[in-house]
Amino acid sequence: MTSSFKREIFFNLAYLIITFLASFIIIFLALGIFLVLFKEAYPAIKTFGFLGFLLSTEWDPVKEVFGAAPSLIGTLITSLLALTIAVPTALGIAIFINEVAPSFLKDFISTGIELLAAIPSIIYGMWGLFTLAPLMAKYIEPFLQETIGKLPLIGKLFEGTPLGIDLLTASVILSIMIIPFTASVARDSLALTPPVLKESAYAIGATKWEVIKDVMLPYSKLGIIGGIGLSLGRALGETMAVAFVLGNVNKIPTSLLEASTTVTVKLANEFTEADKDIHLASLFYLALLLFIMSFFILALAKLLFLKIERR
Amino acid sequence: MKYLSLLLGWLIFLIVGCGPKEEKAQRTLNGAGATFPYPLYASWASEYYKNTKIKVNYQSIGSGGGIRQIIERTVDFGATDMPLKPEEVEKNNLIQFPAVIGGVVLVVNLPEVPPNSLVLDGNTVCKIFLGEIKSWDSPEIKALNPGVNLPSKPLTPIYRSDGSGTTAIFTHYLTQVCPKWAKEVGFGTSVNWKAGLGAKGNEGVANYVQRTPYTIGYVEYAYALQNKLSWTKMKNAVGNIVVPEESSFKEAASFAKLEPEKHFYTWITNVSEKNAWPIVGATYILLAKEKTEVNKEVVKFFDWAFKNGDSMAKNLHYVPLPEEVKEKIRNLWKSHNLY
Repeated sequence: MTSSFKREIFFNLAYLIITFLASFIIIFLALGIFLVLFKEAYPAIKTFGFLGFLLSTEWDPVKEVFGAAPSLIGTLITSLLALTIAVPTALGIAIFINEVAPSFLKDFISTGIELLAAIPSIIYGMWGLFTLAPLMAKYIEPFLQETIGKLPLIGKLFEGTPLGIDLLTASVILSIMIIPFTASVARDSLALTPPVLKESAYAIGATKWEVIKDVMLPYSKLGIIGGIGLSLGRALGETMAVAFVLGNVNKIPTSLLEASTTVTVKLANEFTEADKDIHLASLFYLALLLFIMSFFILALAKLLFLKIERR
Repeated sequence: MKYLSLLLGWLIFLIVGCGPKEEKAQRTLNGAGATFPYPLYASWASEYYKNTKIKVNYQSIGSGGGIRQIIERTVDFGATDMPLKPEEVEKNNLIQFPAVIGGVVLVVNLPEVPPNSLVLDGNTVCKIFLGEIKSWDSPEIKALNPGVNLPSKPLTPIYRSDGSGTTAIFTHYLTQVCPKWAKEVGFGTSVNWKAGLGAKGNEGVANYVQRTPYTIGYVEYAYALQNKLSWTKMKNAVGNIVVPEESSFKEAASFAKLEPEKHFYTWITNVSEKNAWPIVGATYILLAKEKTEVNKEVVKFFDWAFKNGDSMAKNLHYVPLPEEVKEKIRNLWKSHNLY
C-alpha cells in the first residue's frame, strides 16, 4: 500500500465524517429545539390540553386563561395574504429581469432586490410604523373602502375605521420582505431554461409572451415553487416587522382593517414581561404550535413539489 | 497533512476560546431586569465607573426576566417595575427596595382643545378604556370640562401591546378607582383589553397618539415630554385637579406607604393627598439575601446614586425618591448589615 493511497482513504473518511456531522447537527438542533419547547410548555399543556388551547380565543394573563386560536389564525392570514401579494410581483420581476430588461438594467435591478433582502426586519417594522401605517390609514385604506369595499362579500373584508395598524399593513410589509426570496429563486430558475428550447419555440413562430408562458414557466415551475415555500417559511416566522404594525389584539379578525396578532407578535410583546409561570409556559406552548404548524406547512409544500416533479 | 493541522489548529482555537476566562482583577456588578429604568441605570453606571472604576453592567431584559434571574441567583441584582409581594420576597430569600419613581400620564390628540388643559378622573378613564365612552363629547367628559368645546368625534384608546410595568401601574390605578375594571380586567403587565388598539412600547403609543387625531393613550411622563404630547390633568383621590409634574409625583411618593417591614411593597396609585398625582409607580431592585459581600457592593452603588444621581435622573425625566424614603432604604440596608 502506497502512502498516497493511505492518505486518500484517510481524507475520504474525514470528509465523510465532517459532512455527516454537519448535516446531522441540524437535525439534532431541530429536535433539541422541539424538546426544549415541549418541556417549557409542559405546564400549559397539562393545564389547557391540546384542543382546549388550540380552539380557545381567550388570552387573559390576569385571570391566567390562555388560548391559541387568534394568534394561529392571525399568523395564517398575514402569511397567506403576503404570499398573494408577493408571488405575482416576484414572478413579474423575475420575468422582467430574464426576458425584457436591457442588460444594463438587469444587474441594477438584481442588486436592488438583493439589497432588499439584506435589510434587517426591525427596520421594516419601524418603517412600517412611522411611514407605511400613516399612508395606509390616510390614503390607501380609505381608497380601498371606496372601491373594493363597495363590492358584495369581498367588501366585508374592508369594513371598519382605517387606522393603519392592521392585518393589511402587516401583510404588505411581510410581502415586501419575502419578495426578494421569491424573486431571486424565480429569476435563477427561469434563467436555467435551456436556450435550445426557447430558440426552437421562437423558430416555430412563438411570440415572446408565448415562450415565457409555455416554455420557461413550465420548465422552471419546480424552482419557483421551492422559492415560494422558502418565502412562506420566512413569513410564518417573521417577528419584528409585524410586531410594530399589528397591535397584539387577541381576537379573531373579521376584516383586514382590524388589528390582530400572530404567534410571533405575541411572543415578542409578552415574553420579556411574563412574570407568571403559566403565562410563560403558554407562550412556549404557542411557539411549539408554530413550530409544528410550520413543519406541516413546509412538509405539505415539499409533498406538492415531489408530486409535480414526478409528473 | 496541511489541512489536518489547520483543522486541528481551528479546533484547539475553538476549545481554548470557549474555555473559562481569566479571573478579572476588577469586580463587575451584573444586574438585569426592567426596561423602564434602563437609561437611568446606564448613565448612573457610567458615571460610577468614572469615579470608582467599578463596572456595573445592567441588561434590560424585562421585569419578568429580572425576577427570574435573581431567584435563580444568576445576577447580582434584579430589577422590576412591579414590586414583588412581601411573601414572595421572603419565600425567595430576597431584599427589595425602590430605586426611582416614574409618573404615568394620559396623553390625548385633540386638535380643538388647547394642549395640557383637558381634565379627566379615574372613573372616566376607566370607562374610556372599557369602551363605554365612545365619543369625546360624552356627558362624563363634558361634566369635567365645563365650557370646553369638545368635538363630537369617535374616541380611540391606545394601550401598550407589549407587557410592561407602565401598564401594571396604569391598570392598578383603574382597579382601585373602578369596580367594574377590577371585576372584568384586573391589573398586570399585560391584561385582556376590552377596547382600543395596541401599540408597541412607550414610543409606539406616543407616536400613534401624536399622529392620529382623537386618540388617548397612557405613557411614562418622559415620553410625553420628549414627544411634546398634550397630557391631561387628573382629578385625584381627594378631588383636587392636579397637573403631572415632578412635585406632584414626589408628593404621591412621600405619602405612599413605602414601609421596609413590607419590603416596600405598595402601589403609589390613587394616593389620598392634596397635590398627589394619582398614577405613580416606583421601580424596584431585588437582592439575594445570602450574598452579603456582593450586596455590599450593590448597595454602595445605589447609595452613591441616591447621593449623586438625582440631577442625572431629573435630566432624563425620572423622579428621584424623596429623602425620607431614601433614609428608610438606608435603614433597611443597615438592618441587613450592608451599609
